[in-house]
Amino acid sequence: MRGIIAAGVHVPHHRLDRREIAALFGKGGGQGTRSVASYDEDTTTMGAEAARNALHSAGDVAVDSLWFATSTPVYLEKTNATAIHAALRLAPSVGALDLGGALRSGIGTLRTALTGGGTTLVVSSDIRDGMAASNDEATGGDGAAALLVGDDDAAGTVIAEYLGSGVATDEILERWRIPGATRSRVWEERFGEVAYAPLLQLAFAAALADAGISTDDVDHLAITGMHSRAVTRNRARLGVAPEKLVDDLANTVGNTGTAHGALMLASALESAGPGEVIVLAVLADGVEAVVLRTTEAVVDHHVSSPVSAQIAAGGSVSYGKYLSWRQMVAVEPPNRPAPNRPSASAVHRRGAWKFGFVGSRDRSSRMVHLPPARVSEKGGALDDMEPIPMADTEGTIASFTVDKLVYSPSPPVVFAVVDFDGGGRAPLELTDVAADEVEVGARVEPTFRCLYTSDEIHNYFWKVRPVRSAGTNGES
Amino acid sequence: MGSHGIKDQVAIIGVGCTPFAEHWDKSLDDLIIDGAQAAYASAGVAQGDIDAFWFGTSQSAASGLAMGGPLKIQGKPITRVENYCATGSEAMRQAAYAVASGAYDLVMALGAEKVKDGGYQGLNAFPIPTDGTQRTLTAAAMFSLILPAYAAKYSIAEDDLRYAVARIAEKNHYNGARNPLAQFRREMSAEQICQLAAVAGRLSVFDCAGVADGAAGAILCRASDAHKYCDDPLYIKALSCVAGTGAGSLDPDYDYTTLNESKWAADDAYAQAGVTDPASDIAMAEVHDCFTPTELVLMEDLGFSARGGAYRDVLDGAFALDGRLPVNTDGGLKSFGHPVGASGLRMLYEVWLQLRGAAPADRSIRAGDRTLGLTHNLGGYPGEMVSFVGIYGTEPG
Repeated sequence: MRGIIAAGVHVPHHRLDRREIAALFGKGGGQGTRSVASYDEDTTTMGAEAARNALHSAGDVAVDSLWFATSTPVYLEKTNATAIHAALRLAPSVGALDLGGALRSGIGTLRTALTGGGTTLVVSSDIRDGMAASNDEATGGDGAAALLVGDDDAAGTVIAEYLGSGVATDEILERWRIPGATRSRVWEERFGEVAYAPLLQLAFAAALADAGISTDDVDHLAITGMHSRAVTRNRARLGVAPEKLVDDLANTVGNTGTAHGALMLASALESAGPGEVIVLAVLADGVEAVVLRTTEAVVDHHVSSPVSAQIAAGGSVSYGKYLSWRQMVAVEPPNRPAPNRPSASAVHRRGAWKFGFVGSRDRSSRMVHLPPARVSEKGGALDDMEPIPMADTEGTIASFTVDKLVYSPSPPVVFAVVDFDGGGRAPLELTDVAADEVEVGARVEPTFRCLYTSDEIHNYFWKVRPVRSAGTNGES
Repeated sequence: MGSHGIKDQVAIIGVGCTPFAEHWDKSLDDLIIDGAQAAYASAGVAQGDIDAFWFGTSQSAASGLAMGGPLKIQGKPITRVENYCATGSEAMRQAAYAVASGAYDLVMALGAEKVKDGGYQGLNAFPIPTDGTQRTLTAAAMFSLILPAYAAKYSIAEDDLRYAVARIAEKNHYNGARNPLAQFRREMSAEQICQLAAVAGRLSVFDCAGVADGAAGAILCRASDAHKYCDDPLYIKALSCVAGTGAGSLDPDYDYTTLNESKWAADDAYAQAGVTDPASDIAMAEVHDCFTPTELVLMEDLGFSARGGAYRDVLDGAFALDGRLPVNTDGGLKSFGHPVGASGLRMLYEVWLQLRGAAPADRSIRAGDRTLGLTHNLGGYPGEMVSFVGIYGTEPG
């Protein structure tokens, strides 16, 4: 049996209240909230966080390949999936590929993994921006999802079996963006609505036929696309009862583009019972649809940091801060020198620490050293250390401070001395937190972030964030 | 094996110091020349009399060439020294050892820093290529970690502790107002300081050292030769330096209420000098008050206050000009200013003035029968620093 073994998502902590948009510009916005990637998040870091959650849910699974799809990559030419690969501490023999650019790459990568072989971690991630007060800005959302695809025997327990898929491809100039542009263009709305109608019918029918099921067998229909009117109008014509529609999270998260199909699927898997058929269809330059059926294993499946918990744990961000984070408004930085770019060779030597948050533990004294050291702080033993991964270890704030003087992409810097459970101390930046909610003794967990960008080099490392609740720290 | 020190082997026969200020009209070369001339004049020697030079600068220049060029020092050894903010003291320590070894008769240590050409407020570290994971906090933020930790450990309300460290700034501004060379010569009350906006933890800009350009230098010779040059030299009783391992950032046992490297350097220096009761034996001290909480915990690390007792001693005025052990009588880093490489030698300049009764009358201490002065100079952050302690006396052993 082949299918989905585990799912993980990352919904950024911050939420923008859409009413703030109209309050400032007199137009745009709407009701509800959208998710907002923090200034220190990008599609790579969000993808890494989602992938971590998927692997936590999966348990001890050997991954063969990591495929990463985004329409908003932070590097071209250089592979972005390799940073996620490093953050997950995957072996060099595990492949890592970017399959990005188009919104369609998210669902396409998933379908390719489901129809292929081996154990593949399919990660999709997007940051959805638009011009101020635009429809894209209001309806978009930032987020990532990761689906672990493989065979029952080889990779663990399949929680949703792959039954079949359908594809309808068409060259449509409905939404487009040239490289480097910060906004997308769209054609007149009615055109897309009409053009997608037969394509959805075609792909949906092909998928059901491939799966050997009928419309009545569908228990959950997850359908999405950036053209929201084409989605809502055309899904009604599929013959699937409205109550079977999976919540598109428009009122809380917004549409996360390339990631959204996988995000909705992950959400559906969290609430589905065994033996239920889920159809995921994505409208993007045609339609791709996949059919899955949950197994008995879905019942006992441990979900690390579920979608619902991440949505519930969100905190607000002001529209002004959102605009500054997206560089739509330039806010004066502290008058301090911007940080130096990291050295590629130094980074390469210390990849396990920088990307994987792997310290060292002295075998004799058991003292944990962050960063890893060759000589022990206690006892002075030389080259007698073992690597100790810390990314999944929580810690406690021993002391903290708020630095309003230092350079930061979003001042002030909130900084904590963190004592990790089981040993090890590191001074680390706090993120996803308001300065006035920090206190000594608070619990924190590591999160993979971009510290800053210098000379077009994204400087990735780990920060800590508050453990919001038992349901958000991988212990649910 | 052991740390034996060079007690009474080396004498200081002259110390000079430039004004510390935002010297927009002076280059590093100018500061080096002015600082050196002040030292030569103090000792009554000519440049050509000096056999070897140690030049301390943290970030303004590299190599001995930076000193030899402007001063046109011909055919002599010049060594550039760097050890963070303890650079000036370290230049002096190396010079003293060279004399004690017998290698040279007459040497000079000069520290100079030109910080105001950088275009930014504060001090900014020289960028070294790294993996990009290093902490990037300001020093102010790092030292601000002391306050909540100290308050919790000794059950002091944070507002009360914040006021106490403002009293340290008040004292140092009071002293600096009486120092014609100081960068800030205006008195500031603790109440005024407490009303300023916090920039790092609870600290305001007036809890931070002044950032200034400047230079200071000292001339040293063998103790047995001292009276060839002056009637009232100072004798080096102890020189100690401890560099940490960065344990504070690694070890959960570190609690941010002590500066271990400073305590270890003090213990070593007291042993070298034979000082058993520093709170009674030391007449005055110049300590590294880079931020107000630093001076607070240093009073304990240097043995001037009992553990947890510095808070009360500060409020009681124990370290004021007329207190039981005057500290930073020249205004300290807070008020005199902090040209990094010069600061350690600037501290020595104040000891030179005070112990010999040459300080201006309005900031002269009453030493009584005490003949020892101390300088404490550090570089780095709580839990990861280099620290220097020197002890000097008017009487040979």
